[in-house]
Amino acid sequence: MTNENAITVKNLTKTFGDFTAVDAISFEVGKGEVFGFLGANGAGKTTAMKMLIGISKPTKGEANVAGFDVRTQAEDIKKSIGYMSQRFSLYNDLTIKENIVFFGGIYGLKKSVIKAKSKNLIDELGLHDEADKLVGSLPLGWKQKVSFSVALLHDPKIIFLDEPTGGVDPITRRQFWEMIYREANNGKTIFVTTHYMDEAEYCDRVSIMVAGKIEALDTPKNLKEKYKVDSMNKVFLKLARNIE
Amino acid sequence: MKRFIGFIKKEFFHILRDRRSLFILFGMPIVQIMLFGFAITNEINNVDIAVLDHSKDDVTKEIIDKIAASKYFSIKAFIDNETAIEKVFEKGQIKAVLNFEPDFSRKLIAENGATVQILTDATDPNTANTISNYTGAILQKYQQELNQNVAISYQIVPQTRMVYNPELKSVFMFVPGVMTIILMLVSAMMTSISITREKELGTMEILLVSPLKPAQVIIGKVVPYVFLSVINAVIIIILSIFVFKMPVEGSLFLLGAESILFIINALSLGILISTISSTQQTAMMVSLMGLMLPVILLSGFIFPISSMPLPLQIISNAIPAKWFIIILKGIMLKGVGLAYLWKESLILVGMTLFFMAMSVKKYKIRLE
Repeated sequence: MTNENAITVKNLTKTFGDFTAVDAISFEVGKGEVFGFLGANGAGKTTAMKMLIGISKPTKGEANVAGFDVRTQAEDIKKSIGYMSQRFSLYNDLTIKENIVFFGGIYGLKKSVIKAKSKNLIDELGLHDEADKLVGSLPLGWKQKVSFSVALLHDPKIIFLDEPTGGVDPITRRQFWEMIYREANNGKTIFVTTHYMDEAEYCDRVSIMVAGKIEALDTPKNLKEKYKVDSMNKVFLKLARNIE
Repeated sequence: MKRFIGFIKKEFFHILRDRRSLFILFGMPIVQIMLFGFAITNEINNVDIAVLDHSKDDVTKEIIDKIAASKYFSIKAFIDNETAIEKVFEKGQIKAVLNFEPDFSRKLIAENGATVQILTDATDPNTANTISNYTGAILQKYQQELNQNVAISYQIVPQTRMVYNPELKSVFMFVPGVMTIILMLVSAMMTSISITREKELGTMEILLVSPLKPAQVIIGKVVPYVFLSVINAVIIIILSIFVFKMPVEGSLFLLGAESILFIINALSLGILISTISSTQQTAMMVSLMGLMLPVILLSGFIFPISSMPLPLQIISNAIPAKWFIIILKGIMLKGVGLAYLWKESLILVGMTLFFMAMSVKKYKIRLE
């Protein structure tokens, strides 16, 4: 394994009985890269991601995340990644501050560190008036932003985002991507799945998964040239249609 | 350890901010124990009865006076013919009619026996049964008084003594049962719901991706409920001692220890339920149907196990509540110690370990 890559995946496979959810996929993600992981529903994205974040064991193949083997060092991986799920990942019946303290706590951060970080986070997002309100009362877009910041609390090397912008309005999505870029510029690796093809354009490289396999992997620009279309949306449709 | 404390703190926030779960946790036990203690009783008090006296002599008058004097009955009507019996029953207020045959005292002395008919309204069979037993007892006592001076050569005089509950208070039967139900329900249902809630909301995934170990997550979710269930157990015991005058003949320490054992048993059952259900609703239904009904019906709480058909008797052995009720009654009413209850306690320990092992196994399968 080279030190250049944040994630290295070789022939990673996951089967459930006769069904092969992820079929021998291989790819690499460089440090500081924004990597888009696309695919239709049921293409195997979530299963692949679960193997990478160490909550599902691969059937076959290898994967190395942040320098650790997913088979044997899942616990080390957990410490060096941040994760934000498509489903909402903060507790609605806790305030923003309490959520920060809780998540900081389970990652083993010191009290003083948590205090400083939560002040930072609240300043950055401009949430002074809301900091002591229950998360459940916030609009979805804000929740997602807080959620993203909370996933960054323990300063992870790689951030996994599973459809982070589902159901969020275009302006908030835009702001959300600005946050993603800022983190990438800070040297963090971003691994993001999404359904929005315009978001795919923002990624450094994208992979498109169809029926458990990676059918295409390149920069958005190259993919558009290769398939002779003018948007990622069309690339996606072309790939999905060709298979069917 | 610090992570763990933070986790438990968060769990308390969940519980204390949700009024519904707060009510289930603390309102329900108090309401239930009060309901069972006061409202549900199979003793009878001041039952309205009617008398049809065909002979109207000294003896019948004396018997009627004795019945009227007892606190169990109050004579509401005197009727004078058979057709009126049905009428008073139809009205519904009168639960029993005493029908003395004509010539009662003469027959009693001259023919060595007179008949009194006791008619009871058996639409409620339990009450009817109790009424006929009570009146029978009053009549028998009167007869014994009459015969006091007469030497009868052969006579069996049964002397009944109700040990452990001399006054036959039904509350002594309900308190252990209600305590069992509440601890089972609070512990098993609330934990299974709170674990499945995290699954449903997706936060369980976040917790599993964190450095917390799955076992830590589960224990962290369970510890607050151990704490709350112990508080509940204490409330119930205090209520039963001071409000219902329930005795605790045995050691309070043992009572506490056994309660904690049962709470842990119920919690491990709750964890098991949460591993097989993916939504809060399923978890609640499984807890209610799978735990409440067997606990009420098959634990010996209300219906004696010994009079059940054999297959049900066998099934009842698999219900932890059955063993806990035996333990509770043993400690509270009989005052026995571990020397007599080790078998039941061991069964509870075994069941707890079994539930835990099953949950770990199921949990691992899910994680794959």
